[in-house]
Amino acid sequence: MLFLLAILVGVLYGAAVYLLLRRNIFKLILGLIFLGHATNLLLFVAGGLTSGRPAFLRGLQGEAAGMSDPLPQALILTAIVIGLGVTAFALTLVYRFYKVTKTVDFDQLSENE
Amino acid sequence: MESIILQIAARHMRPLLIVLSLVVLYRGHNEPGGGFIGGLMFGAAYILYAMAFGVAKTQKSTFFNPINLTALGLLVALISGIPALMLGDIFMTGEWVTFFKDSAFELKLGTPLIFDVGVYFAVAGMLMLVMFSLMEE
Amino acid sequence: MTTGLFLLVLLLIAVIAPFTRKYLKNQAGWTYAIWPFAGFIYYLSLLPAINQGAVLTESFEWIPALGINFSFYVDGFSMLFSLLVLGIGTFILVYAGYYMRPYPMKGRFLGYLLLFMTAMQGIVVSGNLITMFVFWELTSISSYLLIGYYHEKPEARASALQALLITGFGGLALLGGFVLLAIPYGSYELSYILASPDIIKNSNLYLPAFILIAIGAFTKSAQFPFHFWLPGAMTAPSPVSAFLHSATMVKAGVFLLARLNPVLGGTEIWSYTLTIFGVTTMFVGAWISVTQTDLKKILAYTTVSALGTLVLLIGTGTEYAINAAIIFLLVHALYKGTLFMMAGNIEKKTGTRDIRELGGLFKYMPFAAIVMSMALVSMAGVPPMLGFLGKELIYEASVAAPRAYWFILSLGFMTNVILVFLSLRLAIDIFWGKEPAYAKKPAEPALPLVLGPFFLVLASFVLGLFPHAMANPLTSKAITAISPMHDAIVLKLWHGFNLVLALSALTLLSGYLIFRSRHTLLPSIDNVNIRYFRREFTRVFFNLLDGFLVFTKLTTKTLQHGYHRFYLMTLFVVASVLVWVMIWRADPIMLELNFSDMPLNLVAVVALIIAATFSAVVSNSRVVALISMGVIGFGITIIFIAYSGVDLAITMIMVETLLVILAMTVVYHLPKYQNFSSTGARMRDTLVATLVGAFFMVLVLQAGTSSLEMPISEYFKEASYSLAYGRNIVNVILVDFRALDTLGEITVISIAALGIYSMIKLSKK
Repeated sequence: MLFLLAILVGVLYGAAVYLLLRRNIFKLILGLIFLGHATNLLLFVAGGLTSGRPAFLRGLQGEAAGMSDPLPQALILTAIVIGLGVTAFALTLVYRFYKVTKTVDFDQLSENE
Repeated sequence: MESIILQIAARHMRPLLIVLSLVVLYRGHNEPGGGFIGGLMFGAAYILYAMAFGVAKTQKSTFFNPINLTALGLLVALISGIPALMLGDIFMTGEWVTFFKDSAFELKLGTPLIFDVGVYFAVAGMLMLVMFSLMEE
Repeated sequence: MTTGLFLLVLLLIAVIAPFTRKYLKNQAGWTYAIWPFAGFIYYLSLLPAINQGAVLTESFEWIPALGINFSFYVDGFSMLFSLLVLGIGTFILVYAGYYMRPYPMKGRFLGYLLLFMTAMQGIVVSGNLITMFVFWELTSISSYLLIGYYHEKPEARASALQALLITGFGGLALLGGFVLLAIPYGSYELSYILASPDIIKNSNLYLPAFILIAIGAFTKSAQFPFHFWLPGAMTAPSPVSAFLHSATMVKAGVFLLARLNPVLGGTEIWSYTLTIFGVTTMFVGAWISVTQTDLKKILAYTTVSALGTLVLLIGTGTEYAINAAIIFLLVHALYKGTLFMMAGNIEKKTGTRDIRELGGLFKYMPFAAIVMSMALVSMAGVPPMLGFLGKELIYEASVAAPRAYWFILSLGFMTNVILVFLSLRLAIDIFWGKEPAYAKKPAEPALPLVLGPFFLVLASFVLGLFPHAMANPLTSKAITAISPMHDAIVLKLWHGFNLVLALSALTLLSGYLIFRSRHTLLPSIDNVNIRYFRREFTRVFFNLLDGFLVFTKLTTKTLQHGYHRFYLMTLFVVASVLVWVMIWRADPIMLELNFSDMPLNLVAVVALIIAATFSAVVSNSRVVALISMGVIGFGITIIFIAYSGVDLAITMIMVETLLVILAMTVVYHLPKYQNFSSTGARMRDTLVATLVGAFFMVLVLQAGTSSLEMPISEYFKEASYSLAYGRNIVNVILVDFRALDTLGEITVISIAALGIYSMIKLSKK
């Protein structure tokens, strides 16, 4: 499965890079979202794949062996929520950008300075 | 966007979702859930309502505004770090109090729970602030 | 204590001067002069002790870890310079206080002047190379402010910038030189370096250190080919020229060379470099000054010439040369300060400083005429002024020069002839010659304007008349300080009949003859100059500067093109190529393709995500793209569930839903997709994307197949319940173990939300 997921991460990163290089500012935002997904998945996979053992302790003392790694999950959870904030901010920025310049072409921004 | 089905659904879903979000927040320490998920649910309840009735009506129907909610969340989260300082620990160290020790109703309360409540409010407030701003346009 | 404290108070006065000027009104000049004068008296009172051989040192810690201290080192040479800086500075302040009355921002001007004085005094008493460098740069900056004082004039701004760039360039070289110099010693302390001069001479750092320090000194002291900034700086008000460009700032380079003479001097390269640059500057400066008509320009070029003479003498390094250097330094400061101040007075009273438009001023200002003429007598080197002694010593040194003495002697002779000629010309043409029609009747300058010139000339006269009693005590320790192996020569007015006296007489005679035939001679010299010396250094300098600016603009434009995608492309390509190299050099990945751990449902999910990804990238519809994004989000959620990320999955579902709604609300306002990129650009971007994507794929395989020794998570797993009473370890990490991170995170999203809110709300107004 690792191999398949590695391909998936690669594809997501490829799509993110391709979209980030577009001149259309909306595609750029899509690229940002892709970048977030790809990185979350990268962290998740790199933390090791454990099926069916979420990081919850049962009983009073708990038995930690064989459990999935909670740390990458905590990191990703933070990243997802921050990603939401950043994407929302970027979307608003695009919206304002379009309202002011009447274009979605990023190159116009540097030329209109 | 005057959908009757959506409006009725939203009217009944909102309190349900709020209660559910509180449950998720409460059990987050031991089971799946927590401040982030709870906060998102709380925000989603209001966004659903806003999609059905519009932002203006939604804001009229609530007694708080999103900015204050966000600020409250940050404040609560920050305050939860203070007991540790007063007890001479590093800022934000978890401090716990146990009630009914060794009985069937043993209850542990600690500053991480307060912190989680702060996260809950902050995430909910932020979500509402963003969505209301954009939906109003 | 005293030296440091004195400087500190001087600096304080400089800082408060612009604000207190308005309360002191017209008394400001001499009020601010009280403190420098007190300093002058203090250093004069040190004279007996210094002449006993005392050296005063002070040190205040600054950056002790780097050996950088505010150290001060006062010996005979520092003391002589301090007396010049503070003595002339006192008179300049009195003069400037009166001179600048009609101009705006007098307080600021006096402040700059005091700031400069602090810097210059700091240089001459510095006992640490870095301290000296700091003061050195401060003189560059304050002189920039002073030269550009008439800042509404473009040529003043250009001159100020020119002086700043040249001296600033030299300053940079100097810093490098100081650092190299200090390396073999392991110390920046001057006292330590002066105590063991052989260390640097035996080090292979000697040459680079010398070259860099020489560049610093030559730029500051306006040596050819850096000389042009000094005449340019004549756009400054006269008090500035009289102070900076006669006795102090331009002498800083000479001071530095002399100060380091015991350490760096005496080698072949030192002698040759200083001699060649000095002799060239000496003659070029004098030669150009002949055909100048602006009084201040004439004085500026003769200053250049004098600076060349000083460098030449230090480079020659014999007993006579060192003696001559110190005496001439004193001589020049005294007469040139006077002449610059008088040039200002003449301009003030007649409205011009073009010598062709001046004449017959003696009957309007007899006192000023006498004072200025005496200074000119000193410049010409006629007894009994101190200038005579200076010139005699220079001749003695030239005759005894160890190398190429004929060359030095003949150029020195011609320079002196020119000086005699100029002295005659200035004195006679300005004060006695034919009187032009003055717009307003000139009058005797007010007392504060002639006080300084009078005392400086008086000093020159007294020192010249009683050289043994007065001049020797002042200079003898300065001479031994910069050249410990030599003694001070006993100064006498009368040497008896010898070659040097004959040379002096011949100089005077030749100067007089040129003066007689000036009306026929000058136009032909002018012709020669126009034909052969047409290149103006200032223009060359500004052309170079413009070229440099064009070059930097070009490189900036190439590197900072303003296109986000090329920045990103550079970033992606460079980063992935670097990591590719690392991957290539690392151990090969051992990958076992095991199809048994590939549940069919997950394979389908992965395939679905990949299909949706392509759909999102290539789709021409924004709605299709957003729906594809939703599919991708939910697909990733399923992967999270399948591999035990329960909390992640719940969060992801919520966020994805909200994100799609959010994006829809925005897309609703945006125009339809447009294609901006060409096919070529798409191909190129696909290539970059493939490169980066493939690299991440390999990275995941690498990370997934390697295992860490002791993951930190083990601690979290163990401590989650025992310390934090929570069974949901992910949540415990978020709210307890790493709570501060989470606090930071919710702060970030709150700020993002506020940003969105204000972007929407504020734009409505």
